[in-house]
Amino acid sequence: MSAANKIEAGSAAHSLSRYLRATGMPLLFLASILATLAIHRDFGAFDVQSLALGALPLAMASTAQAIVVISGGIDLSVGSMIAVANVLSASLMQHASFRQSLGLAVLIILVGAMQGAINGTLIVLSRIPDIVVTLTTGFIWGGVALLILERPGGGAPSDFLEIGAGADLSSVLPNALLLLIGAVGVIWVPIRSSRLGLSLYATGSDPVAAFRSGVDPRLARILAYGLGGVFCGIGGVALTMTTGIGAPLAGAYYTLSSVAAVVIGGVSLNGGRGGVLGPVLAALLLTLLPMDLIFLNIDPNYGQVIQGTLIVLVVMIGGFAAFLQGRS
Amino acid sequence: MSKALALLRSHTILALVLLLALFVLGIEIARPGTVTPLWVSNALLFAAPLAILGAGQTLVMLTGGIDLSVASVATGSAYILATNAASGDGFALALALVLGLAVGIVNGLGVAVLRVQPLVMTLGTGLMVGGAMTVYSQYMLASQPHVPAMIQTLGAGKLLGLIPVDLFLWAAIAALMLFTLHRSGFGRLLYAVGDNREACHLAGVRVWRVLFLDYVLCALLAAIAGLVLVGGTNAADLSLADVYLLPSVACVIIGGTSIFGGRGGYAGTIVGALILTVLTSILTLLDVPEPVKQILYGAIILSLAAAYARLTA
Repeated sequence: MSAANKIEAGSAAHSLSRYLRATGMPLLFLASILATLAIHRDFGAFDVQSLALGALPLAMASTAQAIVVISGGIDLSVGSMIAVANVLSASLMQHASFRQSLGLAVLIILVGAMQGAINGTLIVLSRIPDIVVTLTTGFIWGGVALLILERPGGGAPSDFLEIGAGADLSSVLPNALLLLIGAVGVIWVPIRSSRLGLSLYATGSDPVAAFRSGVDPRLARILAYGLGGVFCGIGGVALTMTTGIGAPLAGAYYTLSSVAAVVIGGVSLNGGRGGVLGPVLAALLLTLLPMDLIFLNIDPNYGQVIQGTLIVLVVMIGGFAAFLQGRS
Repeated sequence: MSKALALLRSHTILALVLLLALFVLGIEIARPGTVTPLWVSNALLFAAPLAILGAGQTLVMLTGGIDLSVASVATGSAYILATNAASGDGFALALALVLGLAVGIVNGLGVAVLRVQPLVMTLGTGLMVGGAMTVYSQYMLASQPHVPAMIQTLGAGKLLGLIPVDLFLWAAIAALMLFTLHRSGFGRLLYAVGDNREACHLAGVRVWRVLFLDYVLCALLAAIAGLVLVGGTNAADLSLADVYLLPSVACVIIGGTSIFGGRGGYAGTIVGALILTVLTSILTLLDVPEPVKQILYGAIILSLAAAYARLTA
């Protein structure tokens, strides 16, 4: 291969990987929707509604994870924070009225923010790597969830559950999808386009450069974890809406799956690159997969295997593109 | 005082042993008569599987990596052993180790050849193994899983009623680890790659071979740890080793191996595993509910890691 060819191949691989990062997830999602339609002709409004509702907690967890990863960290306590919000809401709302429940939901989301901020502060102050701190705080929050509710139980007023499970807020979209778009649109979109959002991306991309440009990377990281906590809080309340109860051990699934969604959704684990749309679509995809398996009469437990395979394949393709780049 | 602190700084292993002694002393003071030869023997028995998991984790963390699939691999190997024991102990044992080998090869390919971040790669393979085991268990409902007597002896047996059998396996692995890390070319390369991968590459080291072997060894050690664990509990279930994921990382960190690679060793991990085992024992002695134990355990691990980071900073 001549030098010119090599450079061409390298830049082709480079643009391919960039192209995949930007459009891979929407394309994959579109393909899976088409595949679902092919498998299951009757896939209609009701299925869309149950997909959106089922995916809501994971979509929130993925958003939380995406924000933390973009700012250069990783949060392995996402699942436990969701569990805390889940059991808190289910045990507090059990005998509350609809209005009280709304107030409690806000309070629980604030608790989530506080948990996230504690994670971030511990990381910044102790200088222990993110993985270790959040692996450990995940253990601690898991204990807190068990302390609040020892075994699955609790509940919430049915009008409150209807916010997520119903389809009455709009004539076109199910409530759960509206909630998803609302939460991301109202909280993340304005932040992303503000100075704060820029500082999160800058910190994730290069903390030293960010510091020299007048950003406090330590503060940015704490805020990123806090923001992640907010979305975990929403995710936990959404889980209560989805299941109707609180389960202290239900969160475990969300830690691994949120990282999966972030990776599949094209957010670079090196930080500073990617958005929230990819991970949210990946969350929908990861929820759609087991549904498809059921339509196909395949053991839905294969879902986890497929999920793992998908992560490995996606990162390997990314690695392969980089490998080609590196050779040029 | 400052002299003592300086000594601890330069010999961090001393600080760890001191801490371990303090923990044991604390138990003896709080509950006089607890620390008996039998207690020590039990502590060693329970520390062995953790320390073997920690051995694998030490190997990958020295190169700046991490392996989050060790818990799934340990569970998987234990489950495969128990469900295939009817076809012969040797066959089941080989099959269990093959699982470790296979996962190690996949991890190694991803991390070493395709340069995937170890965290994501091992998370993915961990999910794959966990899911595959759930599916596999559906087909195995009819058969009666049982743990071979040989493995039960390994995981729970005691020589002369006092010396745990798994201590011999642990000692062999520890000797091999210490020799490999400090006396072999492969060991030197692990430190070198963890310190500066690019420099190793420029110096002519085939970095991918080092990393590949590293992840294969880690997964094999995880599979072995799973066998010891299932020998101890004598019941294979699909969440057997889940609780060991955090301790497997924590004992390495507390033992002074840097997660960024290039610094540390197995001696620290051994003491780290003992400290965590004694800590569990202390929490069991405390008469508090399980969730509180979990919170305390996490908080103490975090403070130990933070103190260690301070001491060596």
